[in-house]
Order: sequence, then C-alpha cells, then structure tokens
Amino acid sequence: MSTPQVLRRAGADPSTAVVLLITFLGALWSLFAAAYAPEAAMRGQAWLLLGGFLTGIILIVGTIANGGVVNDEREYNENLVKAGAIATMFWGIAGLLVGVVIAFQLAFPVLNIEQFGFTSFGRLRPLHTSAVIFAFGGNALLATSFYVVQRTCRTRIAGGIWPWFVFWGYQLFIVMAATGYVIGITQSKEYAEPEWYTDLWLTIVWVAYLLVFLGTLWKRKEPHIYVANWFYLAFIVTIAVLHVVNNLAMPVSFFGARSYSLFAGVQDALTQWWYGHNAVGFFLTAGFLGIMYYFIPKRVQRPVYSYRLSIIHFWSLIFIYIWAGPHHLHYTALPEWAQTLGMTFSVMLWMPSWGGMINGLMTLSGAWDKLRTDPVVRMLVLSVAFYGMSTFEGPVMSVRAVNALSHYTDWTVGHVHSGALGWVGFISFGAVYCLVPWLWKRKGMHSKALIDWHFWIATFGILLYITSMWVAGIMQGLMWRAYNELGFLEFSFVETVEAMHISYIIRAVGGLLYLSGAIIMAYNMYRTIKGDVKEEDENVIPQSAAVPAE
Amino acid sequence: MHETLSNFAQTGGLLIFVLLFAGVLAYALWPRNQAKFDAAARTPLEETDKPETADHNKDETHVRA
Repeated sequence: MSTPQVLRRAGADPSTAVVLLITFLGALWSLFAAAYAPEAAMRGQAWLLLGGFLTGIILIVGTIANGGVVNDEREYNENLVKAGAIATMFWGIAGLLVGVVIAFQLAFPVLNIEQFGFTSFGRLRPLHTSAVIFAFGGNALLATSFYVVQRTCRTRIAGGIWPWFVFWGYQLFIVMAATGYVIGITQSKEYAEPEWYTDLWLTIVWVAYLLVFLGTLWKRKEPHIYVANWFYLAFIVTIAVLHVVNNLAMPVSFFGARSYSLFAGVQDALTQWWYGHNAVGFFLTAGFLGIMYYFIPKRVQRPVYSYRLSIIHFWSLIFIYIWAGPHHLHYTALPEWAQTLGMTFSVMLWMPSWGGMINGLMTLSGAWDKLRTDPVVRMLVLSVAFYGMSTFEGPVMSVRAVNALSHYTDWTVGHVHSGALGWVGFISFGAVYCLVPWLWKRKGMHSKALIDWHFWIATFGILLYITSMWVAGIMQGLMWRAYNELGFLEFSFVETVEAMHISYIIRAVGGLLYLSGAIIMAYNMYRTIKGDVKEEDENVIPQSAAVPAE
Repeated sequence: MHETLSNFAQTGGLLIFVLLFAGVLAYALWPRNQAKFDAAARTPLEETDKPETADHNKDETHVRA
C-alpha cells in the first residue's frame, strides 16, 4: 500500500461548527455580564471570560483556515496528550505553591496581609484545594485517559474538535474558578466552591468529555474494554452526576455571580458530603486507579497480576463508595442510622481498596528488581503503598468513636495529604515521567538522577507532612476534650493553636520539599522535551519505528 | 405513597444490587472467561504504534512487532 503520509484534516466539520457556536454564545453572555453584572467582581470575571471565549474563537477560526482540525484515523492524537501533560505540570506547581503559602500562613499568621483581601487564608485555601485536585489531578486524568483509551482501544480519539474543546474548556473552567475565589466569589461548598455560571460551563465541558470517551470506546478495534477504561468511565460518569446534583442552585440574576442552593439544613449537608466523599472516591480514587492499571503494567512490562480481582474490586468499589459520605457528619443533626450507615460502608471499603493495592503491587511479581533500577517504578509503587495506607487510615477515622477525636483536627488534614501527595501526586508524576519520553519520542528523561532526587525529596516531604499532622491532630483533639478536676475545659482554644506552632512549621517545610521535587521534575521535563537526552533509559520502552510504506 | 416508594427502594434496591453483584462475581470467576482475562491482562503490553485501521489489518505481521 502506498498512501501519502499527509495528515487528514476535518475541514469545517459539524463538530467545529458547534464548538464555534458555543464559544460565540459564551462570548455574548460574557459581554452582557461585563456590562450589566450587579457586582464589580462579576464584571471583572466577565471581562476575563470574554477574553477566554474570544481567544477560543480566534483559535477555532484559525484552525478552519488551516483546513480544520487534524483527524487522521491512521494516527493516535498525541498532541492532545502532550498538552495535557504540560498542563498537569503547570497546575501542579501552581497548586503546590499556593499550598506552601497557606501552610506558612498558618504557621505565621502575619502572612495574611490585611490590606489585601486576596491574600487571606479563607480565599487561598479553596484556591489550593481546587488547583491541586481539579487542575493538577484533573489534567493528569484528562491526559492519561485520552492516552490510555486510544491505545487500549487501538483507535484514534473520537469527536473531531471535541477533545480539544474538552481540554481548553477545562482550562477555562480552572481559570474562572481560581480567579473567582481570589476576588471573593464562592458558594461556600467545600470542593464545589465555584458559582453557578462556572458550574454550568463545567457541565458542558464534562458532558463533552463523557461523549468523547464513549465515542472512542464505541469505535474501538479491540473487542474487550480494558479495565483502566472502566475506572476512567466510572470517574467521568459519577463526577457528572455528583457535580450536577450538588450544584443545583437558583441564580439571583442572569448576569450576577450569586446563587442560592436548592438544598438547606441537614439535606444540604448530606448532599454536600455525598458529593465531597465521592469526589474522593471517584475523582481521586477511581480515576487514578485507571492510571495505575495502565502505567504500572506498561512500565514494568508485566501483565496485570489478577484480572479477575480487578473486575471484582472495581465493582465492589463502585457499589460501596457511594454510601460512605455520611461519615463526614458524625455527631451532627444527621440521623444516627445514616451516620452508622456511612461508617459501616466506609469500613467495608477496606476490601476493594486493598484489592486494588494488592493488584497494583503484585503486578511487579517477576520484576521487583526494577524498584532498584528504575526511579519511576519506585515512585509508582510508593504511590500504591500510600494508597493502601490512606485507605486503611480512612475507615479507621470514619468509626464514630475515632472520629470523636479526629474530626475538625489536623489529623484529617494529614490523612488527606497522605492520599493526595502520596497516592494521587506520585501516581500522576510517575505517569507523566512515563509519558514524556513516549510522546516526544526520546530515549529517556534528560536526567535519571534528577528523577531520583525528586523521588527522595518529595518522599521526605510527605513524611514530614503526615507525621507532624498526626502529632498536631491527636494533640489538638486531646486538648479540646481535656477537663480539669472541677469539670471545666482545661485549655482555651488559643492554647491549642499555640501548641501546634512547631508542627505547622514542620508541615510547611514538608510541603516546601514536595514543591521542590515538582520543580525539579518540571526542569527535567523541559530539558527532555527540548531534546537534551544523553543516555538511553532501558526502562523507557521505545515506541517501535513507524512501519514504512511499501 | 411514601411507604410504597421506600419499600420499592429498600427491598427492591437490595435485591437488584445483590443480584447485580452476584452477576459480576459469576462473570469474573466463570472458568471459561479465564483465557479472555489472561489476554486482557496483557493489553498494555501488546499495543501498536498506530491505531488499527482496515489497511493495517491486512498486514498484521508488520504492525504487531
């Protein structure tokens, strides 16, 4: 066969037309909001949005002028994954940096500069959580899911320009949410702070993501749907449901930022933590298990340890996780039977979680030596170990008696970060370390030694973080519940804050180390992409050269 | 109305979930599926540099390195 190797382009196909229309309507709404929004903050947001949509229109028109988006069924869409990998690294550093800033603010409150509202902890904290979870984690999931679904279905991603709409639309969502927090726009729901217009935009982007993913599965050339895709699909579907239900709200005006939630009182709390805990379960767990099930077998060149176990623990996770939310509401107005239900299901989650951990770790059987020779494998394996550890700690903390001590203390913060820095962070870094040489066709990373440095500095940072927060949290909980012989509280609140000062400093240093590791990685990634790769890494399985046309 | 609905959701839900999960277990543990799962477990290891298209299928020896 001799087909000329010219990339096929889609022209002004229907997908491009619809995306152009959405972008145009978005620009129109932003223009009116910039003129008529009741609050100055919203008018500022609207100008920013208008800029975003106009950039979108220029990009789309430019694409059409160039003959349309590349749509060649003979090639995987790797540019999309490249963009996702770079975005992951960028937002990762941004989110970690804000985390370090707020950690130092807690240790040294003078860093909340009073004249500037945007430096207050209350605004920067959601900026940090959204940046690391949704911007860093979200982009890692977008990039890897687009890579994995194409490779394991042996087909190019579906949907013409839609995957690009998903990528850029998601970045716009991040910018809208982040700038909103800084100028004080929030609906005050933890991990769901963006207001109604940002939520609606994310809904459009997310439905497009779901359709692109389903479309790719639909036209797959491989009859069996590989398990990683099941995890990604569960993540996409469940996040869609959670996001829509928890954000049901009535805007005060068509161009204003403010809205009122459909829920009130204990129903609101339960909906919020049904959302909040399943964001952990389906965003931070199911999605990243998808990464684990592709990147660990691929990197160590071993098949999945037990495919049966992967099916069973997938469905157990899906069946059980969705009920665990009420453990966030122990000793509240939520009926006790509902609290007990949440607690019971949380304890049951041990089994599917450890099923996943065992399956990930045992995939190394026959290749354990790679732990010594390949720092990327070490990172992936430590990540799964942290997954096992934090999914052991979580059920313990969900037990009502333990929760009486741990809730509202820094123990919770430490627990979250062992999962976030250890599991989510390391599996994402590991996946990006795999992806960069594969995508940019390099023999390896620029420097293997720097991967090692990243690994050890970041690991030490996590250890400082979680140990200091265990000490701080348990001490805090014990001080809060201490009574003197007359039955009065032994300590005032401020005494408990003072006692944690040293732990807060250690935590901030831990965070700083973790951030330093990520900066080392960004440098290593930059040099690799530039092409400064001296030594060949035998662990980077080189992509076989393209089959020459005959 | 509330009684009927909660009965349906509770008893019916329990039945449906237990049956669905039993179905999952049967599918995962069915001996005849073992060969299929063994092949699926190797999916990430046996991938090609290009998507499968009609053209490539004619010439599988070159693609499946």
